[in-house]
Amino acid sequence: MIVAFTIAVTAGRYSISVEDMIKVLTGQAVEDSNVKTVMFSIRLPRALLAIIAGAGLAVAGAAFQSMFSNPLATPDTLGVATGASFGATLGIMMRLPSMGIQTSAFLMGIISIFLVYSISKVKGESSLVMLILAGMVISSLFEALVSLVKYVADPQDVLPEITYWLMGSLSGTGFDDLLVGVIPMLAGIFIILGLRWKLNVLSLNEDEARSMGINLRFIRGLTIVSSTMITASVIAMCGKVGWIGILIPHVARMIFGNNNKYVIPASLGLGATYLLIIDTVARSISAAELPISILTAIIGAPVFIILLRKTGGIKA
Amino acid sequence: MTFEVRNASFGYKGGKMILSNISFSVEKGEILSILGSNGVGKTTLLRCTLGFQPWKKGATYIDGMEWAKWKNQEIWKKIGYVPQAKRSAFSYTAEEMVLLGRNAHLGLLSQPSKEDMKLAEKCLEMVGMERLKGKLCNEISGGELQMVLIARALATDPEMLILDEPESNLDFKNQLIVINTIRDICEREGISSIINTHYPEHAIAISEKALVLNRDGSNVFGDAKAVITEKNLRKAFDVDVRIRSFEADGKMHTCVLPIGIINNLEPEVVDGIFPKQDALIHGVA
Repeated sequence: MIVAFTIAVTAGRYSISVEDMIKVLTGQAVEDSNVKTVMFSIRLPRALLAIIAGAGLAVAGAAFQSMFSNPLATPDTLGVATGASFGATLGIMMRLPSMGIQTSAFLMGIISIFLVYSISKVKGESSLVMLILAGMVISSLFEALVSLVKYVADPQDVLPEITYWLMGSLSGTGFDDLLVGVIPMLAGIFIILGLRWKLNVLSLNEDEARSMGINLRFIRGLTIVSSTMITASVIAMCGKVGWIGILIPHVARMIFGNNNKYVIPASLGLGATYLLIIDTVARSISAAELPISILTAIIGAPVFIILLRKTGGIKA
Repeated sequence: MTFEVRNASFGYKGGKMILSNISFSVEKGEILSILGSNGVGKTTLLRCTLGFQPWKKGATYIDGMEWAKWKNQEIWKKIGYVPQAKRSAFSYTAEEMVLLGRNAHLGLLSQPSKEDMKLAEKCLEMVGMERLKGKLCNEISGGELQMVLIARALATDPEMLILDEPESNLDFKNQLIVINTIRDICEREGISSIINTHYPEHAIAISEKALVLNRDGSNVFGDAKAVITEKNLRKAFDVDVRIRSFEADGKMHTCVLPIGIINNLEPEVVDGIFPKQDALIHGVA
């Protein structure tokens, strides 16, 4: 993690020596003033965002997998990501400033989860199956809306921007954006961390979980709210970053077993490191920056396959 | 702890009552067995009794106070529930599974402590399954998993255990192990129990009280010896049975032997769901 962080900050089109990095971080003077500028306004906020967003997505994915007792659940299972994507594309089409795009993405993410929740509510109770179904419906609805926006968007300048944005990127993050955007992510991460052992109880079937004296509705609600805050704000800040939410928790389970007491912290660390590496590669590999989602899959797939073959998958 | 259900009834919306006018009580240290044929509503009875499904009429009472008035977490410190053993999507090790039973004693964001873990291990020992430590729950046998679930319920440190057909799908030996463990623990720790079972013999062997559910919605509750009779079983299961006691190795044993199916001439009383089909099957047979 520290190694990845060091590489992330130092590597790139403008390379910074490790010595300089430590000097800047510890507040000592460096000869070249550019170093400080590049570090504080570009590299550092970006690295921090990668760490927090990666950790957030992985943790949210792990939490959803436990809650739905299904190892295939992702942070997007309830349609938050597509909702947020629609918000962002809408913002881009209306030529909103970047802060406006982020806000619109975040709000649409939240709206989509409210829609899902109210649809799934039958006679005051919302079962998991209904939640997932409602999530799928809302997700495909917003997917269609995204397509609609793309269809009507100006193919000269707006459409490429939307397409690029949908593939995910961490570029253009300053400390100001970072401070606003990471609050919901950090809040979500901390809540899920606190609930990590309860997630084991949540993964049992409903009657069993209730008989452990758990307030099922409350803990479920809390998990959904936390994951939504994380997913919506990650999408709002970085665009659609795929794969991490399902890949990282699986890797964590392969290594540490299914106990969420270990899976959650492991997902946190692995997710943070993974996105940090991916982002560093994305911006260093060529002069033009590569979209994140392409790399998470291209690098993630082989790593995942190797791990699967080696460990024989998670212990289901 | 006194555990009671008073004049309770339940039926799904739009359907007729499945359970009507159920009343029973269990005192400290007592075991109550619930008997009845497949589909008569034994599991539904447990689910209603435990508040997973609301009663239509009547209520469950703990120490004289209505279920709804208790705080959720307080109830589940007193009651350990043992569901039918099923594999789960995520496999935990035996001790992780048992540790989950401590949940009712832990706050919202807290993690189990070293003491909780020790207690979980002790509960595994209590059911004689310490050899399962570190093994995954989906890689042990059905009988072992059932014992792990009993240990999990014990980890709650309960005053009462509620078990849903704990000895189903098990062979002779494992049935005996499960049944004897339940009896020993109840005797030693003064815990009371409610057990759903398909085996009248087990009910006779371990329980003080019994509740027999009939297909016509009626039920009989009372002392096990008075309730589990040839006549009552015949009515509940449509099977002609003989109950005989004999001595083996200086101990009295009771066996319940089914000797033949009764062809009931009034199928609509026998099975309220598909009376016509039922009549046909009987006709062919």
